[in-house]
Formats: sequence, structure tokens, C-alpha cells
Amino acid sequence: MAEAGRLSLHVPEPEVRPGDTPDFSHVPIPRAGSVERPAVDVDARDIRDLAYSIIRVLNRNGEAVGPWAGTLTDDELLAGLRYMMTLRTFDARMQMAQRQGKTSFYMQHMGEEAVSCAFRQALEDGDMNFPTYRQAGLLIAGGYPMVEMMNQIYSNEADPLKGRQLPIMYSAKDHGFFSISGNLGTQFIQAVGWAMASAIKNDTKIAAAWIGDGSTAESDFHAALVFASTYRAPVVLNIVNNQWAISTFQGIARGGSGTFAARGLGFGIPALRVDGNDYLAVHAVAKWAAERARRNLGPTLIEYVTYRVGAHSTSDDPSAYRPKTESDAWPLGDPVIRLKNHLIVRGVWSDERQKQTEAEILDTVIAAQKEAEQHGTLHSGGKPSTRDMFEGVYEQMPPHLRRQRQQAGV
Amino acid sequence: MPRMTMIEAIRSAMDVSMARDDNVVVFGEDVGYFGGVFRCTAGLQQKYGNSRCFDAPINESGIVGAAIGMAAYGLRPCVEVQFADYVYPAYDQIVSEAARLRYRSNGQFTCPLVVRMPTGGGIFGGQTHSQSPEALFTHVSGLKVVVPSNPYDAKGLLIAAIEDPDPVIFLEPKRLYNGPFDGHHDRPVTAWSKHPLSETPDGHYTVPLGKAEIRREGSAVTLLAYGTMVYVAQAAADDAGIDAEVIDLRTLLPLDLDTIVASVTKTGRCVIVHEATLTSGFGAELAALVQQHCFYNLEAPIVRVTGWDTPYPHAQEWDYFPGPKRVGEALIQVMEA
Repeated sequence: MAEAGRLSLHVPEPEVRPGDTPDFSHVPIPRAGSVERPAVDVDARDIRDLAYSIIRVLNRNGEAVGPWAGTLTDDELLAGLRYMMTLRTFDARMQMAQRQGKTSFYMQHMGEEAVSCAFRQALEDGDMNFPTYRQAGLLIAGGYPMVEMMNQIYSNEADPLKGRQLPIMYSAKDHGFFSISGNLGTQFIQAVGWAMASAIKNDTKIAAAWIGDGSTAESDFHAALVFASTYRAPVVLNIVNNQWAISTFQGIARGGSGTFAARGLGFGIPALRVDGNDYLAVHAVAKWAAERARRNLGPTLIEYVTYRVGAHSTSDDPSAYRPKTESDAWPLGDPVIRLKNHLIVRGVWSDERQKQTEAEILDTVIAAQKEAEQHGTLHSGGKPSTRDMFEGVYEQMPPHLRRQRQQAGV
Repeated sequence: MPRMTMIEAIRSAMDVSMARDDNVVVFGEDVGYFGGVFRCTAGLQQKYGNSRCFDAPINESGIVGAAIGMAAYGLRPCVEVQFADYVYPAYDQIVSEAARLRYRSNGQFTCPLVVRMPTGGGIFGGQTHSQSPEALFTHVSGLKVVVPSNPYDAKGLLIAAIEDPDPVIFLEPKRLYNGPFDGHHDRPVTAWSKHPLSETPDGHYTVPLGKAEIRREGSAVTLLAYGTMVYVAQAAADDAGIDAEVIDLRTLLPLDLDTIVASVTKTGRCVIVHEATLTSGFGAELAALVQQHCFYNLEAPIVRVTGWDTPYPHAQEWDYFPGPKRVGEALIQVMEA
């Protein structure tokens, strides 16, 4: 036994930093189609491997292969491509609107579009998502009007949240989209509670919880797994591992070993790890997990392996902490291009139609933007009233708030 | 009319609420099969089943977080945190989520939630079984904060809290669970059965949130109190022979300012008592409001008698607890000013 020396603290570091050549050779990528598809009533212990592998459907040639293929029709896939393209265009326009000073803040989804769009296609009306700030694809794919999203981003007179919330903290109950909070991780356990409520009432609805890789370190992540497992809640627990929590690489939240999916195993929760840039794979695992929940078989934990291509937010500059070309080196590619290529291979799409659709979508988004801007933007045009600031703290305004409202002259 | 202890009254409130509304669910650590470490939920699981009243993992943030999700679904959860001293892990869920949900979603999602927790000292509970954290909640927009002082109010206020459309922090002075306590720790404790406010109807009734009650009418000085300190205040006035008016605030947020202002306008003097520590305690808010609204009627500076600005000690229980002697001295001080 070696003589014990002085102790030293281990602080994980990413493989590369700005100026280095991006390198993802340490990320093992299994072949598409190589991971088994278990029965939905499987015991978590029997699929431990799935928490350490990556479920993939689309191969390098753009073909759908293996046991997880075939959950979407051509029309559904074409719709999925449109959702992702719409979200990307929406992001680009809102990013620009922020730079033009029409709003204070925006957060893009670049590279992660497949996760929320494909997941939404596996849910039914009445199910409830508890999203983070980076799942607007749930709204786009759920048919929520883009104009309403923009009204919220602009905090204008038509803002459904009356100017009270920071941009992109949407809330759309009728579209199964729970009110977004700035406090990370809080919604993960709330989703479990919502699912427990559905079970208590012998309902048929399920909940979906969402969290990023960084926020899995929050205490509420643990709370959610304990409660979901203990009460066998009908919930799908989604972890979007985009490798980055602002400037912090995922190793800081991960504890240096294992995967995020593997955390489910200790709670007896079946855990899947999936290619987050593979639209078909995301949909297939979402459908599998939703079916488990709906059949009262309990929760499923899913880790979506993806990459945050854009900056964390409009207030962030990633070149300060990671190589500028890192996203180009990401081995799972771009979700939009991969689905486009697959649809071309299927013979239902073409580069020409892709270009044409891009133009159509841009027109649609610009039209929505014009409509929203008629209701005002953050610093010009129509605004929510100062009176609205005092409403809704409680159902009935208590005397002290009435006094303050009078004091504010409204 | 039946006589109940505060424990029985609280249990009866949940029983009545669960019977009236299928959406009322009760859970927390040890509240299911065992019926709670203070017996407040005894028998509820047997009566309403596992899915209406159940044990929870030891995770306060999980208990409140899950309850918020249930409330968003449409249930009316009434959850328990075993001691108010252990609410801090749930503070993020209470402050950032429960209190803000209606506001931030413009009413799309609401949070009709009650978080019950035993509070207060006087029981040799030491640092983590004696705290009075009410000021941490009265500072939060969107919450209601209730502290009952007797069985009748406890039941009526708890039913009102469960039926309220907004989140309510319901602080139960555990020193009062079995009988009133006036701070005379050297005298035998009386049971609730000897006290008129233990007469508690079996069925449904409410005590409105946001309304104070005058417990002892007087004309010389106004004593503002809640929870255990209501009895301490009454005893101090009796012991000192001062004609004090004792107001039991019952709800701290929203506060019944009208009753307070009317009393201080009449008496011209005000003493505020609470167990919680002094600095930035709820007494500071009360003093500021009285000063603002009764400035021209005040004949003496407002005095606060509270716990010291220390963690709640064990061996020094009665040096810490603001008992009738200290409150009596404050009464004399404001009368002589």
C-alpha cells in the first residue's frame, strides 16, 4: 500500500477549451438500430444496459433501422420536419428582435429541436408538460399560436401573461404546457405531483417532466425521482443533456462517471438514453415511456443526448469557454438535416421542397411577427397596464394591495 | 357542544374537508398509517383510504413540490411539514412556486394549497423544534399566513385555509396543542377542556382569514399577539393589573389592520409580542404600520417583546421565551412613558 500523501481536490474539466481542436472521440456512439426495444412492462433491472447506451434509429445513410423504427407515418414525419424548421426560424427571428431592442431577452433551441417537437407528437391532448425554458417545440408542435408566443416575448398589450414574466417563460394550460419558472428544477417534482393527482383521481392523463443536464444537480431532481418511484407516478422524466449548463460542462453535474440516465436505476426507474438529434428515436422512446405511464406501469427516465449549438441565451458568449467550432464536430449531427435526409431517402421529400418550405415558413413567421408587433414591443407601442401589475397576486385583492394600487395612482 | 383539543380540532378540520370535497388530499412524513407525530391526522387514512391520506418520503421540497403539481391539476392538498424548523428545504417551492403560480401564469394555474406546520417554543424543543419562522412567509407576496391560538379557531381557520383559492402557510403553535399556555411554566398546565374556546362544532364552519379577534377588551394599551403569546399577553395584563386590550391577530397576511388601528387609536399605546427573534421579525412590520396609521394618537413609543436575536436555546428555555414577566415590564414601561 502506497504511503498516503497530502490530499488534492479533483475538479473535472472539459476535454477542450477555446483555441483547442474540438474532440468528441471520448463519446461512444453505438450503431443505429443496435439497441434492443424491450416490452413496456420490463423491470428496470433487466434493461440496465439501455441507460449506458444510445438508442438510435437513423443510420449514416438516412435510413430508419432497428427495433425502435416505424413509430411515425410519412405525414407525421413531414409535420415533424416542419415543426423543427418553424422553431429554428422562430428562434432566429426572436434572436434578431432581441438584438434590435424589441425585447430584453431570448433563448434559442438550436440543435435541440427534435427533442421537444418529437416528444410532443407522442403525447395526447390533456397530458401536461412541465417544461424548462428550452422546450418551446412543445408549443410549436402542439399548435400553440406563434403570435401568442411573440406577444409574451414582447411583453406587449396582448401578452397572455400581462407583462409579468420574463420573455420565453410561457404558460399555456390548454396546450399542456405548465407555467415556466426561472427557478431551476422546481418543475421536475411538480410534474410528479401532477401525475400523482391524475392517478389519485383515476384519470387517464399523464405528465412529462423536463430538466437540463446542469439542473439534475438540483435537490428537486432527487425529490422527483424518489416520489415518482415511490408512488409509481404516471410521468415521463426527461433529461435534456446538451453538454452545457451556461459555461459549465456536463461533467460538473455528472459526478464524473455513469450517465444521467443511469441515475434512474438506483430508484428502480427504467432508464433510456437516446440520440436527441434523431427525430425518430426521440419519438419512439417518448411513445414507449408514455405507454408505460398510461398503462399505470410507472415512470420512465429518459436522457436525450444532444448538443447546445447556440449560446446559452442572448446574454451569453460561448466563445469564452468552448471552441467556436465545437458544434460542427458534434457526432450526432443536426436534427433538421438528418430528418430531411431521411425523408428524401424515403422518397417523400426533396432538397427543392426543403428550400421552398424554408421560404414558406419564414413568410409565416414574419407575418406572425408583424401581427405581434402591432400590439407593441417592450419599449414601444401597446403595453400591459400598470393595474395588471397588482392583479392576480391572490384571487381576491387584499386590502394592503388595494392601498398600494391607489398609491401607484392606478 | 363537543370540547376538543387543538389537535382534535385540526384533525376534525381535515376530516370535515375530506368528507366534503374529494379533491382534498393529506400527506406528509408519518401522517398516513401512524396518524402524525402529533396525532393530527390520526384515523384519516383508515377513513379515506391510501390515496387520500398517505405517508411521504422525508423530503420537504418534494412534499410541497408534489403538492403544487397536484394543486395545478385541480386537487386541494393539505400537507404537513413535521416541524416549522424543517420547512427550509421547501422554501424555494413555497416562495418561488406556490406563491407565484397564479401571478406568473395570469391565473391559468393556481395553487390552492395548505402547508401545515407545528411552530413555536416553550417545550424544551431546542434549536430545531422551537422556531417561529412566520416572518419568512409574511415577506412573500402571494402567500397567506395563519397562526391559530385555540381549538375553535384552529378548526375554522384550517377549513377556511383548505377552501381558500390561494396557498396558505398554517402555523400551529405546538405548545397549545393540548392546552392553553400563558408562560407561567412553574404552574400546572390546564387542559383545553377547561377553556371555553375548546367548544368546537363537529361539522363544517369557517373562521374567515384576514380577521383579528379581541381577546381581552381594555382602554390603556393595545397588546398585539398571536399563537401562544395571546395567553402570555393576557396573563401579563392580569398580573400587572393594566387595562390592556389583547388582540389575537390570527391571520398575519393579509393582516386585519382596521382592528389594530381602531384599538391603538383608542388606547394610544402599543406593545407587540412574538416568540420569533426581534430583528426583521413580524413585529417590525406591525410597529411600522401602527406608527404610520396611528402616529397622532400614540402617547408612547411602540415596544416589542420578542425572542432574543439568538438561535433558540435548550437549557435557557425560560430566559429566552418572552414570558408574562417581560411582557408585564413592557406594559409598565409604555404606561409610564
